[in-house]
Amino acid sequence: MSALAIDARALTRHFGDFTAVDAITFHVAQGEVFGFLGANGAGKTTAMRMLIGLLEPTSGSATVAGFDVASASESVRRSIGYMSQKFSLYDDLTVQENITLYGGIYGLSDAQIAERMHALLGRIGLEHARKELVRRIPLGWKQQLAFSVALLHEPRIVFLDEPTGGVDPITRRRFWEMIYETAATGTTVLVTTHYLDEAEYCDRLSIMVDGAIAAMGTPGEVKGAYDASSLDEVFLRLTRPGAA
Amino acid sequence: MRAFLGFVRKEAFHILRDKQTFWILLLMPLVQVLLFGFAVRTDVYDIRLAIVDPSPGPASRVLIERYSASPRFRVMGVYASTAPLDQQFREGTLRQAIVLPPDVDRALLGRAPLSIQVVTDAADPNTGSIMQAYASAVLQRWHAEQTMRAGGVRLDVAARMRFNPTLESVNLFVPGLIALVLTIVSAMMTAISITREKETGTMEMLLVSPLHPVAIVVGKVVPYVVMGFTNVLLVLGAARLVFGMPLRGNVALLLAEALLYILTALALGIVISTSAATQRTAMIAAMAGLLLPTLMLSGFIFPLDSMPTPLQVISNIIPARWFLIIVRGIMVKGAGLATLWQETLILLAQTVLLLAVGVRRLAIRLE
Repeated sequence: MSALAIDARALTRHFGDFTAVDAITFHVAQGEVFGFLGANGAGKTTAMRMLIGLLEPTSGSATVAGFDVASASESVRRSIGYMSQKFSLYDDLTVQENITLYGGIYGLSDAQIAERMHALLGRIGLEHARKELVRRIPLGWKQQLAFSVALLHEPRIVFLDEPTGGVDPITRRRFWEMIYETAATGTTVLVTTHYLDEAEYCDRLSIMVDGAIAAMGTPGEVKGAYDASSLDEVFLRLTRPGAA
Repeated sequence: MRAFLGFVRKEAFHILRDKQTFWILLLMPLVQVLLFGFAVRTDVYDIRLAIVDPSPGPASRVLIERYSASPRFRVMGVYASTAPLDQQFREGTLRQAIVLPPDVDRALLGRAPLSIQVVTDAADPNTGSIMQAYASAVLQRWHAEQTMRAGGVRLDVAARMRFNPTLESVNLFVPGLIALVLTIVSAMMTAISITREKETGTMEMLLVSPLHPVAIVVGKVVPYVVMGFTNVLLVLGAARLVFGMPLRGNVALLLAEALLYILTALALGIVISTSAATQRTAMIAAMAGLLLPTLMLSGFIFPLDSMPTPLQVISNIIPARWFLIIVRGIMVKGAGLATLWQETLILLAQTVLLLAVGVRRLAIRLE
C-alpha cells in the first residue's frame, strides 16, 4: 500500500485490432492535480474509464486509492467521484432532487445530505435555485453543480473528463478555482482536457499520443524537455512532428 | 436499500414529469380498447342483401322473411333475375346475394336438385367468409324446416360455438390488446428510458457509483411495472364495463400472469437497451423487433393455425403467443393453472433467460 492516489502499470486496452491505450505507466500522488492531455482519440478517455471501472483493462494493472481496479472495483467506486463532459445531472429533476439522489446513492444520511447541500449551494451561489429544474439553470452553473455533486460524498480522488467543454473563459477560470480549492483539501484531481492553457494550471501532466504517454512531468519540466516556450508548442511537436 | 428507494423515486419523477408521455401511456390502452371494440369488429351486422327469386312460392317467401327478421341482414330487394346484381355489388350497395333456382318448391319435394348460390362481396376476405357463414346458417335452417314439412328426412346440424356462443370479437382482441399494450409500456419504455440515461451520460455516473448494476436495472423497471399493471386493470375494466367481456376464470391468477408478462416485456426492453446506443435506435428496435411480432405472430390478429410451418415455429419464441393462450384460457374459457401450467412455465423460462442476458450485458457493456 502506497501513498499514491493512482498507480497505473502498463495499463493496456485493445478494441479488436485497435490499441486504444498502449501500456501506459504513471502515478499520481495524493492531493495532486494531474492533467491528462491529448488530441481527440489519443486514448485519454479510455485510460480514465479503466481507472474508474467503466472498462476492463486488456492487460496491465492499476490501483486507485490503494485498491486494485480489477479485483476491488467496489472499493474503488466508493473512493472516487466522477464528472463527465455531459455533466451527468438529471435535467427533469430539481437541483435539490439531484443532490438528494446522489447523496442517497452514496449512502449519506438525510442529515449529511441536508448539511452538505446547504454548504454546496452556498459555495456556488445557487441557493435561490434549489427548487429549479436543472434543465432551466445556465450551463456554467450546471457545470459547477455537477462538480460539487461529484464531490458530495467526499471522495479521495475525483475524475473529471473534459469538464470545461463548451463554457466561456470566465466560467472556466472559476471552475479551475474550484479544482484548486478541492485539491487544497487533500482530494486528488485527475482531469482530461484539450485546452492547453488549462494544462498550465496542473501540478503535473501527461500528454498522450496514439495511446501512449509521450511526455510527462510538471508543466515546466515538459516545456524544458522540449525546449519550448508553451505547452502548445510541445503539443504540436508531439502530435505533428513534421509541422514544427 | 435507501439508495435504491431514492433511485426508484427519481425514476417515478421522470415518468410523472413527462406529462405528455405519461398521459399517452395511460390513455392509449383505453383508446385502443374502444377503437378495437367499436371499429375493428370481426362480427358483422347489417349485411345488405339481395335475393333473386325467379319463381316466388311459399318456401321462398319464408326464406325472405327469415333474412328480413335477422338483425345481421338488411334485405335490399327481391329480384326476378341476377341482372341488377353486378352493378349494385360494384357500387357497394350490396354485400351479398342469395340466388334461388326457378323451381324451389319442386326441388324441396325432392323432384329436382336444389342448388342455391350465395354471392358474397369478398373484397375483405375475413368479413366475406363471416358473411358467407351467416348466410349459409340461415339457409340450412330454412332448408331443414322445409324438407321436413315436405315429408323428407330431417338432418339437423346443431352447431354450438363454445365459450363464445355469440361470436363476440371483444373476447378475441382484449387478450391480444393487453399483450400489445404491455409490450409498448414495459418493453419499449424501459428500452427508451435506459438508453436515455446512456445518451445523457447519467448511466456512466450510475455505473461508477457503488450501486450494483442489478439495483440499477430493478430500480429503473419498478415504476414501469406499476404503470403496466395499471394499464392491465384499465383495459380489463373497460372491456368489462363497455363491452361486457366475461371473466370466467380466477382474477388473481389472471393478474399474476399479467405481472409475469410485464416482467417478460421489461426483460426484453433491457436486452434491447443494452444493444441500442440511442433512444431512436431503441424505439425502432422495439417497434420492429417487438410490436410487429406481437401483432403478427402471436395469434392476436392472424390465426397461428393457418400460418406456414416456418412462421409457426418462429411464433414459439414470441412471449406474447403464450401469454395470449393464457389470457384467453382464463378469461374466456375459465381455465385454471392446471391446464395452463405449461404455457406459464414457458413464459417464466423466457423471462428468466431474458433477464439473465439483459443484466449480464448491461454489466459488461459499460461502454
